[in-house]
Amino acid sequence: MAAAISTTLSHHTSHAAVQRATHDPRWVRWTLTTVALLFLGCFLALPLAAVFAEALRRGFGAYFSAFAESDALASIRLTLLAAAISVPANLGFGVAAAWCIAKFNFPGKSVLITLIDLPFAVSPVISGLIYVLVFGLQGWWGAWLIEHDLKVIFAVPGIVLATTFVTFPFVARELIPLMQAQGSDEELAALTLGANGWQIFWRVTVPNIKWGLLYGIILCNARAMGEFGAVSVVSGHIRGETNTMPLQVEILYNEYNFVGAFAVASALALLAIVTLVLKALVEWRHAQARAS
Amino acid sequence: MTPVKCFLGALALAFASLASAKTIELLNVSYDPTREFYAEFNKAFAAHWQAQTGDTVVVKQSHGGSGKQARSVIDGLQADVVTLALGEDVDALHERAKLIPADWQTRLPKNSAPYTSTIVFLVRAGNPKKIKDWDDLVKPGVAVITPNPKTSGGARWNYLAAWEYARRQAGGDDAKAKDFIKRLFKNVPVLDSGARGSTTTFVQRGVGDVLLAWENEAYLARKEFGQDKFEIVVPALSILAEPSVTVVDQVAKKKGTEVVARAYLDYLYSDAGQDIAGRHFYRPTGVAAVAKYAGVFPKLQLFTIDEAFGGWAKATKAHFLDNGSFDQIYLTK
Repeated sequence: MAAAISTTLSHHTSHAAVQRATHDPRWVRWTLTTVALLFLGCFLALPLAAVFAEALRRGFGAYFSAFAESDALASIRLTLLAAAISVPANLGFGVAAAWCIAKFNFPGKSVLITLIDLPFAVSPVISGLIYVLVFGLQGWWGAWLIEHDLKVIFAVPGIVLATTFVTFPFVARELIPLMQAQGSDEELAALTLGANGWQIFWRVTVPNIKWGLLYGIILCNARAMGEFGAVSVVSGHIRGETNTMPLQVEILYNEYNFVGAFAVASALALLAIVTLVLKALVEWRHAQARAS
Repeated sequence: MTPVKCFLGALALAFASLASAKTIELLNVSYDPTREFYAEFNKAFAAHWQAQTGDTVVVKQSHGGSGKQARSVIDGLQADVVTLALGEDVDALHERAKLIPADWQTRLPKNSAPYTSTIVFLVRAGNPKKIKDWDDLVKPGVAVITPNPKTSGGARWNYLAAWEYARRQAGGDDAKAKDFIKRLFKNVPVLDSGARGSTTTFVQRGVGDVLLAWENEAYLARKEFGQDKFEIVVPALSILAEPSVTVVDQVAKKKGTEVVARAYLDYLYSDAGQDIAGRHFYRPTGVAAVAKYAGVFPKLQLFTIDEAFGGWAKATKAHFLDNGSFDQIYLTK
């Protein structure tokens, strides 16, 4: 009997605890929820809907013919190429940096962490300008590069560099706190069991960080495809050659080709939405993996 | 024959065949409103060059604000030719990077400006604010759209045209002109950074009563958005805008494209090139095209920047650099 009472009681209290984590009255909670939803609706959902509405204003025919343009296709190819180079580069760098920051102590560690955060802190326009100052004709190496027929800025390498720079911190920033929280006990255990460095990395470290890693890659990729400011500075805006998707959107808009502009914008938005869905999926799987 | 010789022979043959029908790539770095014009002109030139030499020319385009584009070429954008909004921006290629000789402007006819344009007013259908000339722009309640003269070439032409108009009125002088400009800019609700941005603000977003625009921009906006929605008002006096072109010698020499690049610019002066310019609402300078398009472009009194302001260098210093007249009237608003 007593046991039964205590279970009902505990059941009751736990139920109440779930229900009432806070003691705010119902109207406060509802007002806050409504305000948040309205805000999101006005500032996120509505503009996004407008992009698709504008893109489809003259029907699906006009929408798809916008992608038949060789310049639009070139911009899509360039955007995917820039992401395909900069994301793996930052993946490699991010894992290496997070590994040495989280697992070891060395002088200058905080300097390294600050440097990794630098691209978050400076404006993308400055990031682009840095490369103009280094590789531009009036810059440090510009004259030498031109003499040897090497193109960096106003060509694909510059765009890849600028994209890599602004997406630098994503993977590392995602991994550092995760790896720090995990500590190096498991790696040490593997070491005592006779595993070599490579085995430890693949069998112990990677499985532990894989969800954080995926999450970082996804964010990194989203930013790589959407970057405008830094890329705009180093692009040179050569049609069909150095315009990425965000730049192409601006060009089409300025040419009064609103359907084309919004069509490319919607493709970019779709890529972003796919990224977000992937991110949600990763988070969900991660939560499940933790629960089990 | 040794294999090495054989290989060399094959290589020579390959080069010979390459030489007989080359594909040459040119990069034309231009300013914003010329997009549609050069898209058509490049096709015409490619056909012309192929007929003449058998070579294929692919002309790539880059467009943007005129000053910004000049800056990119200075920083190493490999332009074979530049076709910019004002001589001042082309001058910068000599001043800052020695990419072209100092006397570039005398190398081609008509001050190196194959086509010209002027500044006109675009108003909404029916001209509800009854705008006829420059002094209507300073009336209270008239919203004027013009880009920022700090960043936009087109805006500088607008500014100087208004200035000179005020100075030429009875009893006018520089002080009166400055006051006129000050009143004009009180009527400007938005300063976009470029000419195309201002057009979009006026036409697409519906802001303002009158847009100060390149003549070709005004015609293009009417063509794109409907002849019945906008009217073009031509003032009695305006400025003769001379967008200048030149071969970027240092780049073309290195790429070995000097001959084609020169031919490309010469073709702008040909009857065919002039006709395309006229069709895109640039005022042609060639006799045949001038006659053909005489009905399109209304006659008005035009003055040049050299006559009125002693050239771009002086005008820029007096009006647009830090503490120039624009800073004085705009910052003390």
